[in-house]
Amino acid sequence: MKQKLIPYSITLIFFIIFAVFFKSLKDTNIYTPKTKINDDIPIFSADLLFLNENSTTTEIFELDKFYLLNIWASWCIPCRDEHPILMSLSKNNKLTLIGMNYKDNKKNAKSFLDELGNPYEKIIVDNNGTNSIEWGAFGVPETFIIYNNKIIKKYIGPLNQELLTEIQKTIK
Amino acid sequence: MIYSVVGHYSLILGLCVGLILIFFSIQNFKNSNQLDAKILSFSFLQLFFVLISFLALIISFVISDFSNETVFNNSHTTKPLFYKISGTWGNHEGSLLLWLLVLTLFIFIFLLRTKNQPIKYKILTLGFQQVIIIGFFLFLIQTSNPFNYLFPVPDEGLGLNPILQDPALAIHPPILYLGYVGSSIIFSSALAATTLKMVSTSWAVHIKKWVLISWIFLTLGILLGSIWAYYELGWGGFWFWDPVENVSLMPWLALTTLLHCILVLERKEILTSWVIILSIATFTLSMCGTFLVRSGILNSVHTFANDPERGLFILIFLFALIFLSLYIFFFFHQTSKNNSSNFFWLSKETSILVNNWFMMYFLSVVLIGTVYPIFLDVISSQKISVGPPFYHKLIAPFLIPFLFAMAIGPRLKWIRSDLKDKIYLISLLIISILISFFILKNFNTNILINTILISSAFYLFFITLRDFFNKKYKNFAQNTAHFGFSLLILSILFNNLFSSEIITNLKVGETYDNLKTKIVFESINQKKEKNYKSIIANFNIINSEGIKNKLSPELRIYNQPNITTSEADIKTTLMKDKFIVINLVQNQDYFNVRYQVKPFMLWIWLSVIMISLGGLVSFLQKRI
Repeated sequence: MKQKLIPYSITLIFFIIFAVFFKSLKDTNIYTPKTKINDDIPIFSADLLFLNENSTTTEIFELDKFYLLNIWASWCIPCRDEHPILMSLSKNNKLTLIGMNYKDNKKNAKSFLDELGNPYEKIIVDNNGTNSIEWGAFGVPETFIIYNNKIIKKYIGPLNQELLTEIQKTIK
Repeated sequence: MIYSVVGHYSLILGLCVGLILIFFSIQNFKNSNQLDAKILSFSFLQLFFVLISFLALIISFVISDFSNETVFNNSHTTKPLFYKISGTWGNHEGSLLLWLLVLTLFIFIFLLRTKNQPIKYKILTLGFQQVIIIGFFLFLIQTSNPFNYLFPVPDEGLGLNPILQDPALAIHPPILYLGYVGSSIIFSSALAATTLKMVSTSWAVHIKKWVLISWIFLTLGILLGSIWAYYELGWGGFWFWDPVENVSLMPWLALTTLLHCILVLERKEILTSWVIILSIATFTLSMCGTFLVRSGILNSVHTFANDPERGLFILIFLFALIFLSLYIFFFFHQTSKNNSSNFFWLSKETSILVNNWFMMYFLSVVLIGTVYPIFLDVISSQKISVGPPFYHKLIAPFLIPFLFAMAIGPRLKWIRSDLKDKIYLISLLIISILISFFILKNFNTNILINTILISSAFYLFFITLRDFFNKKYKNFAQNTAHFGFSLLILSILFNNLFSSEIITNLKVGETYDNLKTKIVFESINQKKEKNYKSIIANFNIINSEGIKNKLSPELRIYNQPNITTSEADIKTTLMKDKFIVINLVQNQDYFNVRYQVKPFMLWIWLSVIMISLGGLVSFLQKRI
């Protein structure tokens, strides 16, 4: 019995180490952007794509209106998939779509929109990705629903039909 | 584009060859009269496929093929060719591919070079190694494929992080990986030898070469990383106890201990459990390092993008290997009958054993300092960070007996001995104590522990120095390494004690003056290079003896990605380094100037080179 105790206890210790690592992997939050739902939107100023002008948070987002901020890039394949959904959302006049062009090149972004259509009212340029980080984005694509300068919903990854109906319900 | 396809498919083929090799190994293991010729050729084939894949990635980087996601994320057309190539392994995906390349290369060399060992052992080693290789193949293909497509093809890449655009760092990863991966061979062969119950002196002689070669590369790899940190990070230090540095130090400590155990096992069949556990520990610590760095659990200067999915894969893989080795160790290993109980107290093996325990202590300190914050975070969600004072306080006092044992131990004989030249040893000890006492007294830093620490380092220094001229003393390799170590400790101690620093804000034309040093900020130049713009500040530094030094630190503003780095200007002389670095202050007129005088910097690098030279001599030496 005594001889078996050592192997078993060592194995147990390693299981505990495994469990701790596993847990810390699950809630690793060192690089996790902080933004939570119901937070105020970050204040920033950035260039607008195709317009050669600079704009700030307060100029883009007005109170009492629903906004959808979509982070996208021409090199992002899932963005291509969700684009038809954004196009159909843009027809809804209760909702204003704002794009955030993430680490992209102007020419590619333009040809992407020329090909698939432009659902956005304004597009914020985010060449180095810092604006997206301020918003608490994990990657592209990502979508935020904004009302009264607060983030009320956040979708990580591409939108689909299911989320489309959810968004439509939210703004009603 | 075509290169990505070639690279991707040759990776998959390499994986298939791995599976075939496992199948052949099992077959050959059952009727093992001779090594199946197929095994050797398939191992070569695997190496070939990984090499093709690696070359494909290099070519993609060289021709800036941005349809490849890895190239897009880490390269840029304006980057110099040298950094385009080194960018191949300056990122997560590419570095794993390099790792895989070294894994397959080493097992091929192992099969080719291992003679006079049982066939079963060779096959079993190959089997264990293939388990590791297949694990890495799956990891690479599943979670970090270096050949992912991008469509539409971007015109320009995002660029390599400028702090990685440095010659020392270009060769640091490959050298370090040679060390890490070399330990995988030791791991597999130790498991194979345990299973076959052949952990013996002849096995020790055979595996010693592998231990030495990984040890040399690991030592040099850590050195290069440290040099890079000193020149590039601009903090003026060479070791920061950063988690990523720690995870390279831990396998080194385990491997160094293993090396010493192997030296004992070469002569006498003792310490077998030590050898097996350390062989397992070295590799699992290397893997654990990979896990900690790549999963994003730890926060560090190293720039790998992190992804929980990758972390999960390595974690499961790592613990699968740990449990496999625990199983093999507990069920197959039997401690030899003449175990440690009949050690004579004054013998070489006792002193090696004593130092092993010290090494294990240092290893635990580093391990706890590195992973304890993670445990605390999980268990009580408190966040702490462990800094240099923790390591210094816990390691420095124990260096004293460690250094003494290092000085005396090699002079003892195997099995049983008594000390000769007692008078001689004692007089050297007194000399060392006196020297260190006077040094510290002159500099007004008289702290008891420093005196003892420096005397113990001096003691080792004098004894090893004398042994170079002692014709009776044959172990040149050991002596070189120990001499290097004493030099290293001395340089680090003096460097810590006698460094001085001036931090000030200056405008162009201004002068900083204290009694000892005068810093004149003379002028500013601008320069434009292919991939960055730079601001060069010219300083004239005059010390109390009127010696003038012109130093010109730089601020570089890289164009892709848009990052500013500060390049320190360092004047290296034999005895001290003069280190100056500037930074922009919010108010643009002023520059923040940091000027440091750091004695014995060069000797830190030289002594580490000397330590690895000792390893090299031992590697090349024929056994007497």
